[in-house]
This record gives sequence, structure tokens and C-alpha cells, in this order.
Amino acid sequence: MASNFFAKAPSAKSTTATKQVIEPPLQPWVEKYRPKTIDDVSAQEHTITVLQKTLTSTNLPHMLFYGPPGTGKTSTILALARQLFGPDNFKNRVLELNASDERGISIVREKIKSFARQTPRAQAVASDGKTYPCPPYKIIILDEADSMTQDAQGALRRIMETYARITRFCLVCNYVTRIIEPLASRCSKFRFTPLDSDSSSLRLAHIAQCENVPVSKPVIDALINTSNGDLRRAITYLQSASRLSSSTQPPTPILPIDIQEIAGVVPDNVIKDFARVLGIDVDDDEMDIDDKPSQKQNGFDPIRKKVKFLMREGYSASQIISQLHDFVIFHPTLNGRKKSACALVFAEADKALCDGADEELWVLEVGLRVHKSVMS
Amino acid sequence: MSLWVDQYRPRTLDALNYHKGLSDRLKSLSASGDFPHMLFYGPSGAGKKTRISCTLRQLFGPGVEKLKIDQRIFLSPSKRKLEINLVQSNYHLEITPSEAGNFDRVVIQELLKEIAQTQQVDLGAKQRFKVVVINEADSLSRDAQAALRRTMEKYMSNMRIILCANSTSRLIAPIKSRCLLMRVAAPNEEEILDVLQSVARRAGFDLPPEAGTKIAEDSGGNLRKAVLTLEALKMQSPDLTGPLSIAKPDWELYCQKVADLIIGEQSPGRVMEVRSKFYELLSHCIPPTVILKTVAERVVDKVDDALKADIMHWAAFYEVRMRTGNKKIYHLEAWVIKVMSLYKHFFYNIDMSEFD
Repeated sequence: MASNFFAKAPSAKSTTATKQVIEPPLQPWVEKYRPKTIDDVSAQEHTITVLQKTLTSTNLPHMLFYGPPGTGKTSTILALARQLFGPDNFKNRVLELNASDERGISIVREKIKSFARQTPRAQAVASDGKTYPCPPYKIIILDEADSMTQDAQGALRRIMETYARITRFCLVCNYVTRIIEPLASRCSKFRFTPLDSDSSSLRLAHIAQCENVPVSKPVIDALINTSNGDLRRAITYLQSASRLSSSTQPPTPILPIDIQEIAGVVPDNVIKDFARVLGIDVDDDEMDIDDKPSQKQNGFDPIRKKVKFLMREGYSASQIISQLHDFVIFHPTLNGRKKSACALVFAEADKALCDGADEELWVLEVGLRVHKSVMS
Repeated sequence: MSLWVDQYRPRTLDALNYHKGLSDRLKSLSASGDFPHMLFYGPSGAGKKTRISCTLRQLFGPGVEKLKIDQRIFLSPSKRKLEINLVQSNYHLEITPSEAGNFDRVVIQELLKEIAQTQQVDLGAKQRFKVVVINEADSLSRDAQAALRRTMEKYMSNMRIILCANSTSRLIAPIKSRCLLMRVAAPNEEEILDVLQSVARRAGFDLPPEAGTKIAEDSGGNLRKAVLTLEALKMQSPDLTGPLSIAKPDWELYCQKVADLIIGEQSPGRVMEVRSKFYELLSHCIPPTVILKTVAERVVDKVDDALKADIMHWAAFYEVRMRTGNKKIYHLEAWVIKVMSLYKHFFYNIDMSEFD
């Protein structure tokens, strides 16, 4: 519509206007490369095979999708709905509600109920010439359902049963334990597993190719390592990295270190330095030699100084702790007893940070206690 | 006449004194037209806000500096009225959600949706999106953060969000993965010295290097504090020579007095004394965490090495309890008594292990 309007504008103006329109839609790649059909969904073979059957038989149970973020839960249900109804019927057959919408008990009683009790409208003629199964029911997608209150979930119970003939519900959540039992038992559950590195790297390579971003193998590995099976995170990092690299003149290639910086990961040598102050042996093969003398001195004051330094650099405490955890747990020479003593400290610190404790105090606390247990 | 901190605050990305690499990145990002959501994090006084306002200026031109303050009323689900102050220009909008307390979710939902669903109508605008700056993003409640998730993806074409936080620990992972993280580290002492020198030059006087170094050391990486101290010292002694005494804030002195009391004597009577001092501090609105940290630092400086680790351990322990608990004074007291007993036992060489 906008392009028509501007096309009739005087020519002097239209050059600037059309330029704006031609600009590629600044969509995040996560949206741009959302799978269009359920066959495109990476990994999750089991879920896909089950859902394939529903496409042919057009019978659908109530569903509950759960799994860690970025594994394709929302993408799957959206793709499925689109394949069932096609673009023309999609609007009046699917109601999508997520945590950014008000979802208190009143909304469940009014909006959801009134949508659920409507008899599905007659199938509109598909404008793109394809035929869609378009089964005689509607789908209500409740995204991020674990942030719904208990009361609101309770109000859903009866609604789900009463209108089961004409409405199917799909609950999408991260933690299945936050869904009350009566709702969970009404749904068939699908668990989404974190993506394995092969399928993530395939998908990332595909996107990089479509966007004309040159990426090397180490970069993809870095993306997968930092994102822990969360494909959305990996794609977002890739996009950010490509923005940064393409905006400089001349464009610089993306390096694994860029990915780490974007992901907010504390650089490895900073963690190693910290560990050295704590008295853990660090196999420094190419580490700077002038740091050697400081290896000897450890105790309260050096640790406090190091923690102050870390805080001033602005690293986040939870990130430091989780990386230090990995470092200690996979350390080749520490014995099991020491490692488990350290693990206890990390667990406590994580809980404390979740409760909103002061970061500096707790990083110091972790440092001191790890030091103590390693030295004992 | 405004404070030097505001008067000599850099206005453009080129004028920023340190973290050149970061400034270059911001500049190229704002030129590229494909501007992502951003999350600035770092300790206070490191220049996060300054960088954000410079970036906005780079994006939209000087128009962003025409600010107006608007008061909006939101209705909480229980029909309570919330009055929120908004600072906005034609191109951006700043909110501090902690004003809304528990109902920050409502504010975030309504405000962001409203902005996200309106398009920029001004054809002369440099960018087609509006920017929403959310200050103190780490104090956003879980609900509010969850409400941000989908909005950030869905309305990308009309809106960008810039979050500003002290640490990323309290932000949920889905938010972090949707933003481009920008770490703003505190400046080191040379960088602070540079800034102080340039402030002095612009204010029209010479800063003796010794004085500058001293201020930089004292500031602990907080640039705002450094510039404020410089101004205060300038008022005290206009030539800035001779021995400078950087006045500590009186609550800090008070905390040190408390620490000295704890070390001086360990008895129930002394606990009562310390307690009344704590009440005094709390009633002057000094956050309990700050009290605990300052006192603990001071105590640790004065005791034997063997005790230091334990004292910090209990400080950390009671700090968490203070957060989850309700009445702060209990936990402050508990910590004081713990420290006293540790100290006394250490002195008289009694094994403490069975008291844990």
C-alpha cells in the first residue's frame, strides 16, 4: 500500500521514498528463517513424525510442548497451524496469546472463552490455489504458558473440555512442572530436546549462505558452544556478528572471539588468571610469562584484589561463576573430593545470586571457599 | 549553572574519551541502518548512560536532545492508579520501571505495545523506528521481562529497545539472547586521569598531576564520583596544591566507626551500641547491603589473616538472608555477633567447630 502511494508522489520525493521501501525488511533472522512447514523444523524427529500424521488425518489432540528455549516449540506449532489452515483461514482459526498479552483470569474467562465457543467459520477459498486440510476446529496457542497464574490455568480446565469438539489448545512452555496437573493430563505431551550440534550447524550454515555472510568452521563451532543448543540464540549472535563485521569499512571477517564478546562470555584467559589466583594449577602453555611470579602469592588479599578487578571490568557474576565451574569440574588434576567441595560452593552461589544477593560479595565468597577447598 | 558532570558530559560518540573500540562499533552500527536491540551493562559510573545518549544522537541527530517530561497514568489489574514519569523526545522515550514497583509489567506491556503499534509519521526522521530506553533493567520483575520477550521480536520494525543494567545476572536468558550485549567496563586510572585533565582544561584551570592521580585512585573506577570530587576540591582550595584531603561521605566514616567498635570490644553491651548505630544508618536511608559491605571491608582490614575468609563468608551468608528476609536489622546484628564470637574465640584460641 505504501509503495503505491509513494509511486504517485512527485519524482523528487519518490526517489527517497522508494529507497526506503526497497530497503530489505529489517526483520530479525530468527523471524525471517522460521520454518514454513513442519518438515523444515530442525531435529525433533519424534514430534515431527507424530504431527505429520495429524496433517493427513486432520485429527489433533490438545497439545503441550515443553523444552528449553530455542528448540523450536513456537515454530513448530505455527508451522503446523499454517499448514493446516493456509494463510487465508489462519487469522480466524488461530488465536495466539503470549506473555506480552494480559492473561489474567478475566482474559481466560472472556477472550479465550468467547473465541473457543465460536463455531468455526466456513473455509475461505484459498487464494494461492493450494488446498489445505482445514479441519473443522480452531487452535488456541498459549505461548509461554508457564507464566500464567495458577488461577488462570484452573479456569482453563473446564473450557478445554467443554469446547473440545470445535477448539484445540496448544500450550507452549519451558517448565512442564509449572503447568498444573489437571491441564497437563488433558494434553498429549511433546518434549523438545536441545538441538544437537550437527543440525544446528547445518541450519546456521544455511542461513549464512542465504544472507551471504562468509563464516568459517571455527565460527560456527563458537556459535554452537556459546549457545548450548539454543538455536535462536545462535542465530541472533550470528546476525549481530554479521552486523558488526559488515558495518566496518572494509568488512572484516567474523572471528570466534567476536562471537564470545557478543555472547557476553568472559574471555578464557581472564578466567584462567582468576583460577591461578585461587591456587588452581593452570596449564599455561602460551600464557604470558611475566605473570609467573604472581603464581606463588595467593591468599586473602590477592583474591580480593582480583575480584575487585573483575567487578570493575563489568563481567556478570553468574557468567564468571558458571565458567569457573566448568573450569574446575573439567580440571584434569584436581581430585574428586576437592571438585565436589567446589561444586557445593557453586550451587550455593547460584542460589544466592538468584535471590538477588550482592555480586561482589558472592564472587569473593566463591573465590575464598574454592581457594580453601583446593588448598586443603 | 550545572554540575561539571553534566556540563562536560560528551555529547557525541567521537567526543568519548575511552573505550574507542566500543564507540567505533556503536558508530558503525547506527550508520548501518540495521540497528539491533541492545543491552549495556557495566559498573556504575562507567559511562553507560553517556554512551546511550551519544548513540541516540548519532542515530537521530540533535533532535533527541529536545526532551519533555510527561506524566502518564496506568491502571494496575486491581484498578489502582500508577503515575509514571516519562522522559521523551520525538524519537525516543526513557522509562525507569522501578518507579512502578510491583506493577512494572503493566507499564511495560501497555507502553511498549502502544509505541510498537504506531509508525513513525515524520518523513524527515532519520530512522523509521523509535527507541525505548529502559533504565535499571536488572530491577525489572520476572513478569515484566517475560512480557518483553515476544514484543521485542514482533515489533522490531517500529521499535528498538536499549536496556541499561549494572549486571546481566538478574536478566532472564531469553532477553539476553535477543539483545546485542555491550559491556562497558569501568575506566582505569590513567583513563580517569585523562578525563579529569580534559575537564580541567575546559573549565579553564590546570590540574596538578598529583592531585589528579589521587582523585583517580580514590574514585575506584567510578568516573562520575571522580569528576564530582574534582569539583568539590576545586571549591575548597582553588589552586589544588598542597596536601589534599578528599572528604569521605559521613556515612562511610560512621561505618568505619562501627567497625572499630566491633574490633575494640566483644560484649553484649557493645552489641547494643553497634545496634543503635545501625539504626541510625538505616534511618538515613543507607542501603543495608552497603552498610554490611563497608563495615566488613573495614573489619577485614584490621584482623588477622586467618579470620578474613570467615568474616567475608558470613557477610555473604547474611547478605542473602537480608535479601530474602524482611527485617534488615536482625541480619546485620546476627553478622556482628558472629564476627564478635569468631574474633573472641580466635583470640582465646578456642576451637569453634562445634558451634557451627
